[in-house]
Order: sequence, then C-alpha cells, then structure tokens
Amino acid sequence: MNRLQIIRPSAREKTVAQLYSDLARRGSVAPHGNCPLEQSAAFLKLCASQSCGKCVPCRVGLDQAAAIMERISEGRGELKDIDTLEHLADSIRDSADCAIGSEAARSIGQCLKSFRQDFISHIEKGRCTAVFDSVPCRAACPAHVDIPGYIALVREGRYADAVRVIRYDNPFPAVCALVCEHPCELGCRRNMVDDAVNIRGIKRSAVDWAGEVPAPACGPSTGKNIAVVGGGPSGLTAAYYLQLMGHQVTVYEQRDQLGGMMRYGIPRYRLPDAYLDGDINVILSTGVKIQTGKAIDGEGYQALRDQYDAVYLAIGAHSYKGLGVDGEDAENVLSAVELLRAMGDGQKPDFTGKRVVVVGGGNVAMDCTRTAMRLGAASVKCVYRRRQVDMTALPAEVEAAIAEHCEIVTMMAPVRVEKDADGKVAALVVQPQIPGAYAQGRPKPMKADKDEERIQCDVVIAAIGQVVDSAEFAHYGLPTQRQNIQSDEGCMVFQSEGVFAGGDCASGPSTVIRAVEAGKTAAANIDAYLGFHNVLPQTVDIPPAHSAVTGPCGRVELPEREPQARKEDFELTELNMTHQECSQECSRCLRCDHYGFGVFRGGRNTKW
Amino acid sequence: MVNLTIDGKAISVPEGTTILEAANRLGIHIPTLCYLKEINEIAACRVCVVEVEGNEKLNAACNTAVEEGMVVHTSTPRVLNARRTNVQLILSQHNVSCTTCVRAGNCSLQSVAHELNLLDEPFEKKPFPFRWDKNAPLIRDASKCIQCLRCVNVCDKVQSLKVWSFNGTGRLSQVEVRDGTPFREINCSLCGQCITHCPVGALSARDDTQIALDAIADPDKITVVQVAPAVRAAWGDAVGLDARLATEKRMVSAIRSLGVDYVFDTDFSADLTIMEEGSELLERLKTRTDDKPMFTSCCPGWVRFLKLEYPDMVPQLSSAKSPQQMFGAVAKSYYAQLLGVEPEKIFCVSIMPCSAKKYECAVPQVSDAAARDVDVVLTTRELGRLLRGVDVASLPEEEFDQPLGTASGAGVIFGATGGVMEAALRSAYFLVTGKNPDADAFSDLRSLKGWREYTFRLGDADLKVAVASGLGNARKLCEALRAGEVQYDFVEIMACPGGCAGGGGQPICDGQELAGERGERLYTLDKANLLRFSHENPSIQALYRDYLDHPLSEKAHHLLHTDQAAWDL
Repeated sequence: MNRLQIIRPSAREKTVAQLYSDLARRGSVAPHGNCPLEQSAAFLKLCASQSCGKCVPCRVGLDQAAAIMERISEGRGELKDIDTLEHLADSIRDSADCAIGSEAARSIGQCLKSFRQDFISHIEKGRCTAVFDSVPCRAACPAHVDIPGYIALVREGRYADAVRVIRYDNPFPAVCALVCEHPCELGCRRNMVDDAVNIRGIKRSAVDWAGEVPAPACGPSTGKNIAVVGGGPSGLTAAYYLQLMGHQVTVYEQRDQLGGMMRYGIPRYRLPDAYLDGDINVILSTGVKIQTGKAIDGEGYQALRDQYDAVYLAIGAHSYKGLGVDGEDAENVLSAVELLRAMGDGQKPDFTGKRVVVVGGGNVAMDCTRTAMRLGAASVKCVYRRRQVDMTALPAEVEAAIAEHCEIVTMMAPVRVEKDADGKVAALVVQPQIPGAYAQGRPKPMKADKDEERIQCDVVIAAIGQVVDSAEFAHYGLPTQRQNIQSDEGCMVFQSEGVFAGGDCASGPSTVIRAVEAGKTAAANIDAYLGFHNVLPQTVDIPPAHSAVTGPCGRVELPEREPQARKEDFELTELNMTHQECSQECSRCLRCDHYGFGVFRGGRNTKW
Repeated sequence: MVNLTIDGKAISVPEGTTILEAANRLGIHIPTLCYLKEINEIAACRVCVVEVEGNEKLNAACNTAVEEGMVVHTSTPRVLNARRTNVQLILSQHNVSCTTCVRAGNCSLQSVAHELNLLDEPFEKKPFPFRWDKNAPLIRDASKCIQCLRCVNVCDKVQSLKVWSFNGTGRLSQVEVRDGTPFREINCSLCGQCITHCPVGALSARDDTQIALDAIADPDKITVVQVAPAVRAAWGDAVGLDARLATEKRMVSAIRSLGVDYVFDTDFSADLTIMEEGSELLERLKTRTDDKPMFTSCCPGWVRFLKLEYPDMVPQLSSAKSPQQMFGAVAKSYYAQLLGVEPEKIFCVSIMPCSAKKYECAVPQVSDAAARDVDVVLTTRELGRLLRGVDVASLPEEEFDQPLGTASGAGVIFGATGGVMEAALRSAYFLVTGKNPDADAFSDLRSLKGWREYTFRLGDADLKVAVASGLGNARKLCEALRAGEVQYDFVEIMACPGGCAGGGGQPICDGQELAGERGERLYTLDKANLLRFSHENPSIQALYRDYLDHPLSEKAHHLLHTDQAAWDL
C-alpha cells in the first residue's frame, strides 16, 4: 500500500465527465418549445444525483422538489403544490450546507418566478401547451429563413434557388452572408453531435456563386401608397415585401445613400459596397420610389400620415451617448457614429501615426478599433471597464482585432480626457476596476484600490452606445420610452392609426437580422391593416433529404485574409469556403425539416 | 430513373420513389404501422426501418427516397431487433385487451406484433387513461392510442377540420382533441374518417348493437330495418366474405337471419329524396335566384360541417331530409298505416356506412312521424359484428320486403360520390322535358376527383353543377363560392372522400382506400336494375298516390323536410 498515490481518472469517471460535456452541448440547444416543467424536473433530478447525501435539505429536499414538479407536469398537481415548492426551495437555499443544494434551490426559485403561469396552467388544465420547435435553426432565426431548405439547394449546386429561398424571408442574403450574428447556429441541432453547421458560411457560398438573381414579379397593384421613413435594413425589408404584395412604397432617407447602419455603421472590410448594393438593387428593382437626402421632421411626419395610406418608421438609432467625463469636449474626441458615418460616405479621417483609444466593448467598438488601425493609426487600444469575456462583441471580432495588432485593455473605466495646450486630446485617464457582484448576468465593475492610469493618445473614440433620435416625432404625439418609439409585437405604434415602427428605432440598437424581422412583420401587418391578405408564393422545390446522415465531423470555419495584409486596407477580410468545404458543411445539416418532428409539422410551412 | 438493390433484387424506379414503394414493387413486404400513403408519411413508429449499406443508422422505408446505387436490406438482425423493440415499446403504451377490443382480428398493431413473433411484453405498462363520454357517437380510448398521428393528419389534410392535435412534448406528448377542448364543443363533423384510418382500437364509433338486439327480442316491437346503398358494396369485408358471394340479396337474408321483422332498402327512400329534392331544385331555380347554389343535404357530416364552419350558407341546403330520415318518417306513418299499427310499435333500425348518422337520427328536430323516426343506427361494421357466428356464405339469396324494398338504380348510386347528383339529374331532366334521358347520360359525374364541375343542358337552360367529396374539398368549394370565383346551380357534397362507399362507418381494411372499388359495385347494380329512374319506382308512385299526394305537398313537407338551421349540434 502506497502512502500516497497518483490518481488517474477511471474509465467510469471519464465517461461520466463525458456525459456532463454532452449535457452541456445538448443544453446549449435545448428545444425552447418543450415543456418547461418536464425539463426543470429533469434538471432537478440531475442536481439531486450530485448530492453527497449528508444533509437533509439537499438529500431529501431536491428529490421531493423534483417529484412535485413531475407530478405537476403530468397533470396531477394541485395549486397548493406551488406554495409547498416555494417554501421548499427557500428552505433548501437557506439551509443547505453547500452549493450543491443551495444552487439547485436557487434554480427552483427562478423557475417559479419565470414560468409560474405554466405551473398554474398544468394544474388547472391538466395538460401541457408546449409546442415543439420542429426546425430549431429556423425557429431561432428572427426572419425564420428556411435554412435546411437552402442548405439542401446549395448542396445540389442550385445557388440561385438558394438565394430565392433566403429572399422569401429576408431580402438581404448578401449582407447577412457576411455580417449576420447567426442566432440560427446557436439553435442548430448539430450541436448535439459535434458543432453547429456553419450556416452563415453556406449562405456566403450561395450568394457568391449564385450570380445575379432577380426579384420575383410583384403582385397586381393594390393602389395603396406607403411611406417608409429610413432606408436601412428594416425600412428596405418592409419596402421590398410591400412592393411584392402590390403596394407602392416610397422610402425617405435622410442621408445621400441607402443602407442605414449597414452602410453608415458596418465597415467595408466586413461588408463591401458590392454586396450591400447588390441586395439593395434587387429591392429597388421591385419599383420602390426613393427620396434620399430627405430628412423627415415632425411636420414632415404629419404630412406623410395625411398623404399615405400607412407609414412605417424605421429611422434606426443614429444618435450616440457621450462619455460623460471631463474633457470630452477636447478636439479629436469623436463618437463611433460620427466616425463610421463619415466612412460610409467615403470620408476617411487620417489617423496616420496617431495613437487611438476606443472606449467600449461591443461590436461597434470593435468596428472602430479595426477601422482606426486601417486608417493608419500607430497604435489602437480598446479600453473596456469589464473583462474581455464580458464583452458583448462577438468573440471572433475581438480575436480579429487582436490579430490585427489592436490592444484590448480591460478593467479600466474612463475618468477624464486630458487636453494639451491646443485643446487637443493628450491622454485618457482611466480608473482600474475590479469585477464585483453579478447584476443582469454579468459582474458589475467596481473601483479597484489602485491608482488612476494615464493612457497617452491623440484620438479618443466613444463607442458606448447609440440612441434613437425620436424627439421630433415625440413632439408630434408619437409615444416613446427612453427615446425608443413604442410599438407592439406587430410593429403597430400605440394610439397612432396607420403608423408602424420597427427596427433599431423601436428596439434600441440591435442586429441586421432583427431589423429584417421587424420590416417583414411590419409589411405583413401593414398589408392586413390595408385590408389585404397577400400571401407571397414560395415556388422553389426543396431537394429530398439524403438517406445518410454525416457522423461526427469537424465544422469548417471561413478563412480570413492574413492579418498583416488585411489591416492595411478596407477590402473584405473574410474569404469564402472552397466547393469541397462547402459541400462537406452542407452534408452536416441534419435536415430537421425531414428528420424528427419537422416531417410531421413545421418542417416546410413556407407561407407567411 | 434510379437504380437500387433491395434484398439482392435489382430494381429501377422513378426519382422520388420511397424505399417502401420500391420494395412493394419487388413483392418484398416491409411492415408499417403509422404510414398512410400521402397522408401520414412521418416515420414515427419506426417499424418500417431498413438497413441501407453505408448508412450508420437505419432508415425509415416509408419516407426515405431511393438513391442511385442504394443497397437495401429489409430484414437484417439489426432491423429485426429495432422493429421488435419498437413494437414492444408501442405495446407498453397500449392497453392490450385484444379479446374484448372492437378491432380484434382487424388491428394493425396486432398483426405487426404477430408477424414479428412477439411473445412477451418486457416493458412496464404505461397506457394513458381512458377518459371519454361513452355516449358520444365517436369514442376515443386513449389507453389504446399508439400516437401514430394518422387521425391528426387525416382530419387536417383530408377533412380540414383539425379536430385532433398532438399536444405536449416528450414522454407526455399525446393526441388530444384540439387545444384540450371538450369533444362535445369541438367542430367535429363526426364523419368517422379518423376511425377508419386508425390502425388500432383507439377510435371507434359508439357500439349500439345491444339496442338493436333488445328491440329484436322485444315481442311488442316490430323491427324494421333499412339498409343504406353503400352498405351492400362493403358488407362482405365486415364478415370476411368474398365480393362475389357478398351480394345484395345474400345481405338481405343475412340481416333477416338476425330475427328482424322486415328488411327494407334505403335506396327506396333515396328515390323519394330525388322526388323531393329534385322538385325543390326546380322550384328554387325559378324562385330563389339570389342564393344559389342549392346544396344536397343527404350527408349529416356535411350538414354538421356547414353548420359549424359556414353557418351563413346553411339556408342553401336542400330542406329535404336524408334518405335515412325520410325512410324513418315513412315507416312510422305510411307504413304503420299499411300495417295498421301505432307508429310507436315500429322500431326502425338503420344500417349505415356512416358514423354521423348516429348523430343525425338523434337530432330532436329531425323526427316528425314519431319521437324518433329512426331508433338506432348501426354501422356496416356493427352489422358485421352482429353476424359473427352466422355462416353467411351458406345463406340463400333473398329479396327485400315490400313495399319499402323496391328501388331504382338511381337510388343505389347514392352511395358513390356524384350519385345523388346523377340520380337527381335523371329525374330533373324528366320533370323539365317530360321525357327520360338516356339513363347513362350523366355518367361523366362518375369520378373520384375531389371537386369537379359540369354543365348539363336541361330543357332550354344550362344547369351548372358541382360535386365534391371530402370536407377539405368542401371547404375549398365553399371558399370559392364565397369569393365569387365559381357559380353553380346545384352542388352535391359528401363528407367522406369517395362518398358513402368510403364512409366512416364502413369496414376497415387498413391501408386501402376502397371507395372507388365499392362505388363501382354500386354502378354495376344500377346498370343491372330494370328501373333506372327514381320517378319510375312503382312504390314511390304508390306512396304519392295513396299518401303524400305530390312532391312538396303539405304532408311531404311535414314528414320529409326539415330546417337544418334549427338542428342541435
């Protein structure tokens, strides 16, 4: 017998560990439609299985809590069970000896809080009203694009048909092929096997290889006229679908070019003009009337309401928040919106040899950081008051910035901007932070017991958020809340007959695909508001699913141009897959439209 | 064409063919359970799985398209293990009570389990509980449901009513009445298509055989049976008799063998319906030009559908009662008088290819000659159950009783889609022109197409008519009428695809759609009948001469017409 031994994990332990990692992967794509009680009862059972068994609350309590939840989910519960469960959860949380019990109890409390109604309806109706998300990628896509459908088409080499299928739900296939945040991939059932299908990458292939794909023919004219204020993704999406439905749309755009934040927010190295203009030209080909360089003020808004049968406000969020620190009036302090807007019109500031500091941790901060590097800056630092892991920017964007020699400076909060004698920026003074208690899912930064630091620089760019410029409209009676225009889930503006609003101006700053969702929703509801029920035809036939499902297989990532070269110009950094890569990636699609629930319901309900 | 090999046999089939269809062509049997061609190809039961070389997992034969060079094996050890296990799992949720089950001997689960030689049930039994109003015409026993979802898809895709839905997720998911609504409140037409497409005994029509047996045994009752047209085309399937032996006349003696007093023919009252409905049509064409078309009203599934889904169109229904109800009314008035008995002494048993008829006969507003003109409705399947133990093959052929047993060929084709229209046009032509058309002049109407339209010359005017069967087609037709896309004078609609021949009360031959075949038998009977016109039926002529006076007379109105708008649902 050794006095001490080296412990190596047994096969049993390795397998259990593997089960937990499988669980994490499955958990990441948990079907949202499934019965929440069933799922939480199962989770509690798992928690109970982790208990050591020493203490009463955890050993007995978790098991009892799971039993109550299961009873309710089976339709055998009583209303008083909810109270019992609540007291039980409080008691376990408060009296369990360690985290195994108390953290599980916290989850019970969270369930009771967030889906109490489901508990009640299970008890009162004795049944579950859960509806399974048959095609998870499609359910997760805000525009509900038929993803398995177009992947099947790409696999067959029918790229133009793939673009047609995408456009049925989203008129920005090229833009989204490059910049979509692809929430679809988070839902991809393939995560259960290995990793999500590279859906956006496949879309890129479809778009790059399809050539020009004309818009479908518009329906017969309805004689209705609709004004769209704002030529961004949401406004143009609404315009496109309304035109196809036979209405006449006029888009009012305050800037010289269409595109909104796609042109005046997203840098060219991520979204070249050719892609953006390609999508926009197809939209315009449906006969949309355009008035660029035409800002709509409050009076103009009133006039539009009188003049048109309906108005869709999609003005975006083009105002910005200031740093709110001393010295921000210094010369060379600018906002992300100002920088990116100028870039959109081709006015490039010269940062040659300058030391640039970008403040913020979102995607816009990354866009500014990488843009500054391309404008010739000697150095670019992105200063953020939280940890890198807390950044809201996509990890890939942060990594790309680092690869391009940008620096990420975390746990530093701006205190003041120091000016030189000429009133120009000399430095950004920052206060080191410490991650504190959690608030809204991430730790709130707090002042650390460290001295202020001074970051010498020539330019400060504030990328800490955008707001909606809605004051003019609010003045004319449009309801707003924190400057966002208030509209319902159908994009209808409260107490404003015939006025709809959506996209960033209603939701606050968000993504292109969310703006598309709003535009599409608005189009459908404007059509209905005008007394129509124009259902657009989906005419592309989708190839049948292959009999073979590809087993575990690596996901192909899109290659990027070499950092040293790409940081010198504004050419597109991301490259397309090869045909071999694309074909393999397409074969990884599990065809949830055919395999599983999709073949019964929801697999191919293409009409909206 | 796609080339593949199944169990070593090569075959070339069109693109898009499933493995199942390709195997069938080769005569290779692959068992199925949830599969219903074009209606339910959802691969849920996983019984039809096969092994495709090169594929890691087994494939469902029912909805996997063939691929070039595919090599398929339909009964490897892996396949058999999966099939056997899946059927055992299905059995764990199934209340296996075969001896007392309405589908004993005609159950797809039973035959698949038998085929797979399953001799035990290794899994814990967990059937859902049976909770249902046993007085409803349609009964669902959740403890027998195998969640194959055929009923959900038949009601949705074919009948467009979506009465059934698949609720919940995971282990607790199951078929329910849509949104958990109580059955009596749901918009069910009671057509019974879910019953005839259920592979097991989960869905059935209420069994009323004991009511009939009690009446037969009651010495104070005169039991009068009427047999619907479509029953004679299918009753052989219910008693296991070959079609050549299952003749109309042998059916008469089989029913007589049950001890009933009289066996009459609903074809007789179908002829009567033609007289009333045909006259009503001609009158409406003259007087009511603003609410065209007139709809036939023979089918209670259709009447319920219209009342539930398009109540504003109910006034367009012919006010004529269905042949079943006309028969009951005549039996308990005219015939009671002929027998010299009180109507209450007569017990009217009707044998129907239909489950909705059980509802119709109980509608309080439909009976005029007695409290209940028709006392009990038995389906063709119930007739088969009553005849168990009777050696029907050895029975002689016998005639219907008289006078309510005489019918024309026009009456017998009521049981096929388009038949009511054809019969009506034969007599309408006579009423308008004063002479008979060729009896087969309207044979273009004989088709299984779900919705079809025709224009016929009647005297000096064109009559625009349409025929639809299946409620999904009925809905399309109603929508087109409402949108003004079509205009007709007269429309025949039957709730079941193919008409009563494919009715929800007919014998179940799982996986086969027999409406066409059964309908053909009716057309053969029509052809063989010396009487081809309802108005030439001597019993009908006598009925009018001696009792009713003339079509649409006051007495006829009282006994033979109804206000469907007033019917309880």
